[in-house]
Amino acid sequence: MELYELTVHELLEKLDNNEITLEDITKSYVDRINDKEKDVQAFVTISDKEALEKVKEIKERNTKFAGIPIGIKDNMCIKGTKTTCSSKMLENFVAPYNATVIEKLNQENMIYLGKLNMDEFAMGASTEYSAFKKTKNPWNLNTVPGGSSGGSAAAVAASMVPWALGSDTGGSIRQPSSLCGVVGLKPTYGLVSRYGLVAFASSLDQIGPITKDVRDSAMLLNLITGHDEKDSTSVDIEKKDYTKALKEDVKGLKIGVPKEYFGEGINEEVKKSVKEAIKKYEEMGAIVEECSLDIADESLAVYYIIACAEASSNLGRFDGIRYGYRTKNFTSLKDIYRNSRSEGFGAEVKRRIILGTYVLSSGYYDAYYKKAQKVRTVIRKEFEKLFEKYDVLLTPTSPTVAYEIGTKSNNPLEMYLADLCTVTVNIAGLPGISVPCRSR
Amino acid sequence: MVVSREEILHIAKLADLNIKDEEIDEYAKNLQDILNFVDILNSVDTENVEESIGIANNTNVFRKDEIKEFGNRDILLQNAPEQEDGMFKIPKVI
Repeated sequence: MELYELTVHELLEKLDNNEITLEDITKSYVDRINDKEKDVQAFVTISDKEALEKVKEIKERNTKFAGIPIGIKDNMCIKGTKTTCSSKMLENFVAPYNATVIEKLNQENMIYLGKLNMDEFAMGASTEYSAFKKTKNPWNLNTVPGGSSGGSAAAVAASMVPWALGSDTGGSIRQPSSLCGVVGLKPTYGLVSRYGLVAFASSLDQIGPITKDVRDSAMLLNLITGHDEKDSTSVDIEKKDYTKALKEDVKGLKIGVPKEYFGEGINEEVKKSVKEAIKKYEEMGAIVEECSLDIADESLAVYYIIACAEASSNLGRFDGIRYGYRTKNFTSLKDIYRNSRSEGFGAEVKRRIILGTYVLSSGYYDAYYKKAQKVRTVIRKEFEKLFEKYDVLLTPTSPTVAYEIGTKSNNPLEMYLADLCTVTVNIAGLPGISVPCRSR
Repeated sequence: MVVSREEILHIAKLADLNIKDEEIDEYAKNLQDILNFVDILNSVDTENVEESIGIANNTNVFRKDEIKEFGNRDILLQNAPEQEDGMFKIPKVI
């Protein structure tokens, strides 16, 4: 077995037993990237040389994760490294500071293998909207890896990185993890600081781990949580050790299965696999009950109104003045704004800015934005009711398995349906995890 | 509700985006598709329901009004498309 195939906790075990060195690990991943990246195209920036140099400098394992490599979605700032958001707008943007999650990984002295591809500004569900390249699903190179954290999920699935950070606004960690067969966790809103994450929709965005198994997921979550005064929405609660929640037992666990997520629009094979998993949980002693969460379509509608409204506001900062792309065609200041934005943003980003600006504009604000904010309350209450009865809710992550590249990218609304099963938890600020339920 | 070409141009202006003449109809159609879809929200009873402003538990977060120097002006300016004497450079506005 090659080192790159192992999970992080397996790597740590081998390090503890002095079977391998930190250099062995980084070299193994760099070789793997050199071998696989030409096919998978998961990276925007590869930091192989920096990684090999840095690991040589680490003489002692002073922290648990010292010298352990990781990949980072290209919307989180690493000081001195390009942070492009896979957009022409930020193609040459070099981050002047570290995101809080990066500060936390730096405290552990971890190693960055590179920045991972994504849909432009995290808007998309297939990574096809990256301005630079189309990432392929490593299991079948003709299909999409999902998105928007498609580079992160594909890099973990192809073992080019042992684990990665992604971000999730409406499913962008969980859906690509599902399509690539890895574990993706979207933490509770407020658990992880968003400082240094390029904002898409601030009331929905959350950073989380993409890993090969749930133990690694818990370990990486432990590393990135914690209150941060630089993000006023980060919650000030006592730090937990999530690995303590790992027990190989689901006896007595109350699982609610909302029937609406097994209806029309969900692929038959997906339904079958998830039902098999449910049966397995039952055999293991979980208490499974069908329930109703009849808000899937409404959640998607609320999501697209709120996410696009917040995006239109957040992306207002890109004006070609202080950083980012500046047009060559201008005489006035207004020209700089309009032409830089029009030339720098891709088609999907512009579509969403237009929608967001529309729902916030005078005359439509009450009908769309305010209404969506109210329905958001209704959705949160629906969940509260269900969690009085159940410990967890179980649904498919994605309505489909990975589909062929190019088959949906021209139909925005169809692409939006990819988020059907995942957006509800972002709307309610809840955590959600996608775990593989059947292997190929 | 039908989105007109004029509305698309108005919204584009608000958003500081240029939309080419031949693109207007497509933007209008895309916007129309989404608006038709989100119409489903009208079937949800929100009488006496409060808006959710984000997710936070409605507590205000205060901090002291103190300046913290970033300390590295050059690194902030290095991303500027145009600069002069340590300042961002823009065309004349007045």
